[in-house]
Amino acid sequence: MGRYVIRRLLQMIPVFIGSTFLIFFMVYALGDPVAALFGDKAPDPATAARIRQELHLDEPLWKQYFLYMGQIFQGDFGTAFNGQKVTELMASAYPVTLRLTLVAIVIELIVGIGLGVASGLKRGRVVDNSVLLMTLLVISIPTFVSGYVLQFLLGVKWGIIRPSVSSEAPFSELILPGVVLALVSLAYVTRLTRTSIAENVRADYVRTAIAKGLPRRRVISRHLLRNSLIPVVTFIGADIGFLMGGAIVTEKIFNIHGVGYQIYQGILRNNAPTVVGFVTILVIVFLVANLLVDLLYAVLDPRIRYA
Amino acid sequence: MPEAYDPQEIRRQAITPAGSGGPMDLAMDEAETLEKTPGGPEGTGPTGKPRSLWSDAWHQLRRSPIFIVSGLLILFLVIIAIWPQLIASRDPLFCQLSKSQQGMQPGHPFGFDTQGCDVYTRTVYGARASITVGVCATLGAALLGSLLGGFAGFFGGVWDAVLSRIADVFFGIPVVLGGLVFLSVVTSSTVWPVVGFIVLLGWPQIARIARGSVITAKQNDYVQAARALGAGSGRMLLRHVAPNAVAPVIVVATIALGTYISLEATLSFLGVGLRPPTVSWGIDISNAAPQIRNAPHMLLYPAGALSITVLAFIMLGDAVRDALDPKLR
Repeated sequence: MGRYVIRRLLQMIPVFIGSTFLIFFMVYALGDPVAALFGDKAPDPATAARIRQELHLDEPLWKQYFLYMGQIFQGDFGTAFNGQKVTELMASAYPVTLRLTLVAIVIELIVGIGLGVASGLKRGRVVDNSVLLMTLLVISIPTFVSGYVLQFLLGVKWGIIRPSVSSEAPFSELILPGVVLALVSLAYVTRLTRTSIAENVRADYVRTAIAKGLPRRRVISRHLLRNSLIPVVTFIGADIGFLMGGAIVTEKIFNIHGVGYQIYQGILRNNAPTVVGFVTILVIVFLVANLLVDLLYAVLDPRIRYA
Repeated sequence: MPEAYDPQEIRRQAITPAGSGGPMDLAMDEAETLEKTPGGPEGTGPTGKPRSLWSDAWHQLRRSPIFIVSGLLILFLVIIAIWPQLIASRDPLFCQLSKSQQGMQPGHPFGFDTQGCDVYTRTVYGARASITVGVCATLGAALLGSLLGGFAGFFGGVWDAVLSRIADVFFGIPVVLGGLVFLSVVTSSTVWPVVGFIVLLGWPQIARIARGSVITAKQNDYVQAARALGAGSGRMLLRHVAPNAVAPVIVVATIALGTYISLEATLSFLGVGLRPPTVSWGIDISNAAPQIRNAPHMLLYPAGALSITVLAFIMLGDAVRDALDPKLR
């Protein structure tokens, strides 16, 4: 186990460097950050040169990258366009996106697994077909369309919820954005659970459990569900990174000041430290989530041993 | 079950790239079953004559209502993407500000948008951009992905390790955020930067499927027999491995096409995908969204067209998967 974790961590290093370097390279292709600092005014050449030297912008790109990474690992993410420390922006934005992601994951777990079990047990019946049709519809409607339509119907037309989220973004205001963010993954979780349940329902151990005379509820919850959830749990684990990155669309619709909003602002203002800093953290979250999922796999399925 | 077992590998096979992709990783339950059935077990037709996997699949597809409905829909969409003037006689760029946001009128069944352009004409012309992006990006990602993935799976060793890590690098980048960063540099108003970006982040998904199915196909007895008979690598790959490994790639690529169309619209919505004067559903939806209180029709028609198109391709992928996977029969 220990050796496996170390091997995986070592494999992560080139992937981490590759992903962050790609982002770093593209952000620096965005434009001249010094010119952006001065806005519409033309910078004084001497001042511009001094700033360039201070920010190491006169060095080759790979050297800039390593200098930047060195700073990041000392906890210095640089300054955003408005003079705030990027770390301060992160401290305000990441909790919001984390709450939003949490709401989405909980909805995925409850609704997705519930619908998946219901349709997997009744494979081929009306319930199953209508759930399958619903998942197809949900997958084909892009998030930004469902987001605007739901916001319009629930927030504006019927006035059930507030159409936009306040800057504190408490859980109560994040329910609808969470649903919107979760929708597509929810459909995947449903389909995955359904396939898994439908496959396992014919397994020998289920027949044995029924033959022993166990109540149906116990067979489903203790025997069938536990074995069927392995692929689902691993999917949801890997989904965390995707949801945090994909939250940008939801955040734009509901005016939530989370990670996506800050990255969007960073791009608009040509502010490289904001964009690269936020994306670097997202890449780390994604890689760690994937590692945890692989380790979780062994916990759920004891047949798997790590070398 | 062997003592040493790489769970990363199992997970990749069990749920294909459930990672960065979001809309891109639709195929998780689909590919799982396909990868386990590398060759095509010969179906037996009514005459008792053995059929190949392909003719068997075709036989089943012809009787599948989902395939017929989605196929006709896609045929219609492709035709209007090539000749939009067949059903829309106006110019999509002709707008009269005096008609801004007006509703349905004779000759203008979908009403007008904020600029006073005819929503019906723009919805019809929008198919071209979406279909072009979807088809080109899928072809590009499928070619690149199956070449690199097949190569990695067939030769293994160092090649496999290096290519897998490169694929991981592109996987580690969140798709929509990556699009914002990469495409905000671009100033071109053609579809090619978007196509290029989708290929760049989409090929690893196809490569993983191709790699997995090539590894499974490689272990078959007939491939070992071909090697024992002295076949070279090229002949083995082309004659024995590739034909038996291509089915999962086709399934995943078909479904990916629908999700790529959805991704293009999302990028256009964020302002970094296609740009005016290209007529695109994503741009129209993005322009209509702030006006949804006054004129919901401006949003609903392009959004409906977009959703139906994505749905058609995903249904086609579902039907093709069912036909190519004998285990489900």
